[in-house]
Amino acid sequence: MQLRDFVIRFGAEGGGGIVTASEILAQSATQVGYHALTFSTFPSQIMGGPVWTQTRISVNPVLSAGDDVDVLVAFNQEAYDNHRGDVREEGVIIYDSGEFQLEDESRSLGLPLDDLAKSTGNARAANMVVIGALAQLFGMPQDDLDEFVTKRFTRGRAGDQEIIAANLKAMYLGREQVTGSGFSIGELAPPSMPDYEQVMLAGNQAMSLGALAAGLDFYAGYPISPATTMLVYMERNLVGPGKFAYQVSSEIESITAIVGAGFAGKKAMTATAGPGFSLMSEGLGLAWMAEIPLVVVDVQRGGPATGLPTKTEQSDLMACMFPAHGDVRLPVIAVGSVEECFYGAIKAISWAERYQGPVILMSEISVADRVQNILKPDISKVEAEQRIVHQGSNGYHRYSGFELSPMPIPGNPGAYMANGSEHDEMGDTTHLPERHIQMTERRFSKIKLLEEDEYERDQADQPVVMMPWGGTKGPALEAYNTMKEQGIPIGWFYTMLLNPLPPKLLEELKKKELVIVPELNYQGQFSSILRSQGVRAQSITQYTGLPFKVRDLISKITEMTQSHIKEVVRA
Amino acid sequence: MSKKNPEYDFKWCPGCGDFGVRRSLEFAMIDRLEETGLPMENNVVVAGIGCSGNLVHLLEGSQPYGFHGIHGRSLPIAMGVKMARPDLNVIIVAGDGDFLSIGAEHIGPQASRNLNVCAVIMDNGVYGLTKGQSSPTTKLDVITPSTPYGKIEAQLNPLELYLTLGVSFIASGFSSQPRPLAKLISQGMNHPGFSIIHIQSPCTTYNDTFEELKGNVKKGIEPTLWDIPDTHDPSDRAAAYGLLQEGGVPVGVIYNDESRPTLDQRAESIRQKANPKSVQELMDSFQF
Ligand SMILES: Cc1ncc(C[n+]2csc(CCOP(=O)(O)OP(=O)(O)O)c2C)c(N)n1
Ligand code: SF4
Ligand SMILES: [Mg+2]
Repeated sequence: MQLRDFVIRFGAEGGGGIVTASEILAQSATQVGYHALTFSTFPSQIMGGPVWTQTRISVNPVLSAGDDVDVLVAFNQEAYDNHRGDVREEGVIIYDSGEFQLEDESRSLGLPLDDLAKSTGNARAANMVVIGALAQLFGMPQDDLDEFVTKRFTRGRAGDQEIIAANLKAMYLGREQVTGSGFSIGELAPPSMPDYEQVMLAGNQAMSLGALAAGLDFYAGYPISPATTMLVYMERNLVGPGKFAYQVSSEIESITAIVGAGFAGKKAMTATAGPGFSLMSEGLGLAWMAEIPLVVVDVQRGGPATGLPTKTEQSDLMACMFPAHGDVRLPVIAVGSVEECFYGAIKAISWAERYQGPVILMSEISVADRVQNILKPDISKVEAEQRIVHQGSNGYHRYSGFELSPMPIPGNPGAYMANGSEHDEMGDTTHLPERHIQMTERRFSKIKLLEEDEYERDQADQPVVMMPWGGTKGPALEAYNTMKEQGIPIGWFYTMLLNPLPPKLLEELKKKELVIVPELNYQGQFSSILRSQGVRAQSITQYTGLPFKVRDLISKITEMTQSHIKEVVRA
Repeated sequence: MSKKNPEYDFKWCPGCGDFGVRRSLEFAMIDRLEETGLPMENNVVVAGIGCSGNLVHLLEGSQPYGFHGIHGRSLPIAMGVKMARPDLNVIIVAGDGDFLSIGAEHIGPQASRNLNVCAVIMDNGVYGLTKGQSSPTTKLDVITPSTPYGKIEAQLNPLELYLTLGVSFIASGFSSQPRPLAKLISQGMNHPGFSIIHIQSPCTTYNDTFEELKGNVKKGIEPTLWDIPDTHDPSDRAAAYGLLQEGGVPVGVIYNDESRPTLDQRAESIRQKANPKSVQELMDSFQF
């Protein structure tokens, strides 16, 4: 049997070892022309606790982590117990026989991983034993893997050669074990190397790069999962002339510092997760009120308060769109893939500069931590927008009129008062009703500058359509493709731009009989926002801390379309 | 405001100490303009929320940039401005409630960073704008609208706090001495690092301490203000502590350490040694 798509899950107790294993597997597969995507989920602790990761490899671009497991690699009994149920009937279980024994499991293969690793002279090569075993199971050619290992461990250090030799030996040992067992999963369909340049990176890396490409100048952040990797990346890389990134003392400092930097003329950004985002509430209101361009990234995790720090969820949408007291509705962009992380960051910075105010860029663990191969973005084609700056003299009225006006930059003529209190045209505090009317309308009118008709549509004439947002895009699109093949009558819409929605998209949606919104939260946050804009939207919700399974989406959506048709017929 | 703005309706009460502080800050900014030749737009005044913060609207003559933000956050806003544009002169104007209560969490980090801004703090021992509640510098047992049975927390000594946190320039002043106060503010602005000019600026409406500060010979009241003698060496940390143990309100420069690099200098030296990759190089590093 030729395999076109397969899923390997690793389950273990704590540590980053299996994250590395799943990433190495993905990298080695993409190296030879397959597509790959990784997924990982942890408990919130440094040591211990059940961790699992998954790599999906395919001859086609991968949309989701995959529902069913072809090979489970269980490093302990608990991992086996937790994940056995997800393994396909023809699947195989590889387990660490140095840890536990599986007696009644016919399609299982025990490998004494530690002993095998030690025998290579490198006790840390257990991962490579597993990769070798997997390669044999799938009939992956060893030449490619040799090349990959050699590349990966050539670091220009003295011990490189020994490490490479030990890792290669570990892979051969893994292969031998599988050959001896006689197991096979099938033969991999040959990959077709894409004819374009590719990069392989995590969502947070892509987002950081997008921000850098858009000309980010200033970044202040406070460590919090799953946004910390952006802080770390920025601290290392945002250090050119006039640029700076650093760790401040709280999210209150992050937001107010970028308010200061945005006021001072810089493209400024921070990234955080729910708890930090909540602390930024007042500062975001200030940026809206004083008309300061900046971007806040919210990499969503689960639950209120400390919640589920390491689990994925899409439950911050209301908080992101309405983060502060008073009349505030912030522009929101939500990304659904590694590629969108890059382009979403560019869009967010451009929006902030264009309308002179705060923009929220939403991501989520399953996108931020996912490693994926994508078409290499062409940096030279990135067009970063610049803000319209006041070029005139002093005595300028920065907040005049009902619309956007050029912004003076400190150090230059045009001194004014940036004010978080309601203000007049010069920025002085005032309580006059006509001013509050003017300034409120001014702030909301600027949102119009962000209306863009960028969205995906397919079978758009169907009366019932689905429209996921953010990271649910992947599994939803996979579900949609399957349903389309099966002839289930359903259309597809998707956009990163959640506020303001592309006007044409909103027009189309309003005409639909039913818009199905799969989303990872309890309240159905996006569908309720859509309903408030006159769309007949209904959510499919899930709040397990894990992404949707494609299978579950297909069955729920099919059910919803059928009961909708019945209702229409009855009526 | 360069001219009286009829729409702006906030007024300080007659006799409020903040009038004197405003005058002093105007003097100091004009002196700077004359000394450096840099235009007024090179100054950014970041204000806290309180009667004191309104100073930023009430400045007369040619206008600096102003930022009237949110309660307690003048320091981190100023940090953003300064780190974005180290060439700007960044000044903070805030009250004791703003700076030492809700905003207190920001003093320590800026002291550690030696952020090169000058904070002009108007201490009236009370929350003026919200009508007289107790503040960290209100005395123990004092009855205010929010402490009907007397204040139950000890009075904070801000000068000791600054010294302990490592603020590199600390001065103490009095609002009724505009010229000497302007000199302290100028010194603070010129100081390479984090400077705080902590000013007794009495609230005539809710906590009138003028008499207590200046004394009253007729009533036999000894002034609590006293001038720091010329013999005091502000670079001597132990001496600065000693000074603060003497009670009353010392006026002058308490501590001055010019040896530490500022945050923006450190950032610059990181830039010099970091040798950052271009975005293209960073992207290339992910190619396979
Ligand atoms: C987050 C927040 N909490 C409370 C307030 C209300 N508030 C405004 S000014 C102030 C205290 C001002 O006291 P101080 O800083 O000493 O200034 P003063 O009026 O005495 O000059 C308070 C509590 C606010 N504006 N924002
Ligand atoms: S209430 Fe006190 S601090 Fe406020 S303006 Fe009046 S006198 Fe000044
Ligand atoms: Mg006060």
